[in-house]
Amino acid sequence: MGEAPLRIAGASGFWGDRNDALLDQVRGGPVDVVMLDYLAEITMSILRVKKMRDPQGGYAGDFLKALQPALGDVVARGIRVVTNAGGMNPRACAEAVVKQAREAGHRGLRVGLVTGDDVVDRLGELLAQGVELANLDTGAPFSTIRERVASANVYLGADPIAEAIRAGAQVVVTGRCTDSALALGPLLAHYGWAADDWSRRAAGVVAGHVIECGGQASGGNFCGGWESVPDLANLGYPIAEVEASGDFVVTKHPGLGGRVSAAVVKEQLLYEIGDPRAYQTPDATADFTSFALEDLGGDRVRIAGVRGGPPPDHLKVSISYQDGWTNAVGLTFVWPHAIERAKATERILLERCAKLGIEIDEHHVDWIGVSGAHGPMAPPRAEPNEVLFRMAIRTRDRDSAKRFGEEVAPLVLSGVPGACSGLLTGRPDPRPIVNFWPALVPRAAAQASVEVLES
Amino acid sequence: MRRPLYDLAHTRAGDKGDVCNIGIIARRPAYWPVIQREVSAERVKAWFGDWCRGPVERYELPNLEALNFVLRRSLDGGGLVSLRLDTQGKTYGYALLRMQIEVPDDLDVPRLAPLD
Repeated sequence: MGEAPLRIAGASGFWGDRNDALLDQVRGGPVDVVMLDYLAEITMSILRVKKMRDPQGGYAGDFLKALQPALGDVVARGIRVVTNAGGMNPRACAEAVVKQAREAGHRGLRVGLVTGDDVVDRLGELLAQGVELANLDTGAPFSTIRERVASANVYLGADPIAEAIRAGAQVVVTGRCTDSALALGPLLAHYGWAADDWSRRAAGVVAGHVIECGGQASGGNFCGGWESVPDLANLGYPIAEVEASGDFVVTKHPGLGGRVSAAVVKEQLLYEIGDPRAYQTPDATADFTSFALEDLGGDRVRIAGVRGGPPPDHLKVSISYQDGWTNAVGLTFVWPHAIERAKATERILLERCAKLGIEIDEHHVDWIGVSGAHGPMAPPRAEPNEVLFRMAIRTRDRDSAKRFGEEVAPLVLSGVPGACSGLLTGRPDPRPIVNFWPALVPRAAAQASVEVLES
Repeated sequence: MRRPLYDLAHTRAGDKGDVCNIGIIARRPAYWPVIQREVSAERVKAWFGDWCRGPVERYELPNLEALNFVLRRSLDGGGLVSLRLDTQGKTYGYALLRMQIEVPDDLDVPRLAPLD
């Protein structure tokens, strides 16, 4: 006891989250570290396309928008900022931070850069070494997608981030790493936990897991009593106050909205986990059934006694690949017999596609307002006031996806009656499907590299 | 008495590829043994019907008075390819909370779910 905890604030849960959360976390009260996660499964493939168009692009530019108004406070107070905003191009992102700092008059800001996650150019080499890259979920062989691969990134862990901080970096930019590494890295650098101190590493993993999804750990998306959460428009994002033992308190700044209660934190603990006794990361395997959770009141929840074990022998690699085209059309049908008219419209569209040679591999229909989101689990309703008919397709053929989008508007005049365009208007454009292929590689397959730039 | 699970539990759901996980958390300690007894992997699998094409795994977290369900092949191929309205299963926890479960008559359970 006696030593002050390391206060780590979350400020982004995905690319598209609020850009003002970083400033709120920095201005709202004392923090030592701010971490920002930008990378969902889909994000890397989008960034890969951006990098192919622009060699200086391919990272989450929102990070610079978030950092710009906060940089003065960050520099003045020595707050560390750790982010995976680097995406497919962490070097360009780190250089952009250096440039932004220089232009704002902050000389000598040290920006850490972690690379080595991108293995797309080394897939042939890995296959030659006998790494199968079979689909982790389905077991399908890699040969079925090899020609269509768009990106391949290994999930790195916390050690390279810690190394960058030990080398003096105040801002750390990475590409693909585990979300929790953004919290565990600063903890390893601060407390010097041993490489085999699995339980404390696991505690850092759990802390990172709680705060890596932005507002979801402080009252956002809270099922267990959303009515009681104050001021979501000014939601204060979560903060983990982590002690040297690994025990930590989840909280938020008092002047901002939101709520940190046992129920709120439990929901986030359960978010996107599998077997709770074996939450695997490159840094440790955490046991989510091992710890005690206590609501201290006053927006403070304590988690103590996390136990963990060694990480698995392999690292996860996230591969994205082109997988055909999709398009979706919609029409709103009003009372009466709206569902019957929606059913008739599905039949008409399928007949039109067959007649015109529009190839459809699969189609799916929603009756939004009746059973759109939950299909067979939604009970039948009495006659609805209106139904938004939505029909989505997958196809190998781009032209078919495009022409499918052109078939809906004529139905307002030539189809069944009582329809208006509603939300899905005009001729919707086809979208390419970029699918996701998880696989395993040996730990030695990805060598992280750390350097420090300076403004 | 039969009551919707919503009255006894709250939820959060998430996705990893074609896998959806649904956390179910007791709203009060007294509800935990009821939820533990009533909400089996088999019932969850049956409830989702053909929307879940793979197996359902069930895990207990007694420290959180919570269950975690892992529904394999339940997202129409995964969030990036799904044709469904909710591509990532973000709302699937609510779908599960509609399920009716048997609750002891003497258990105090305020009504939270709207009446169907």
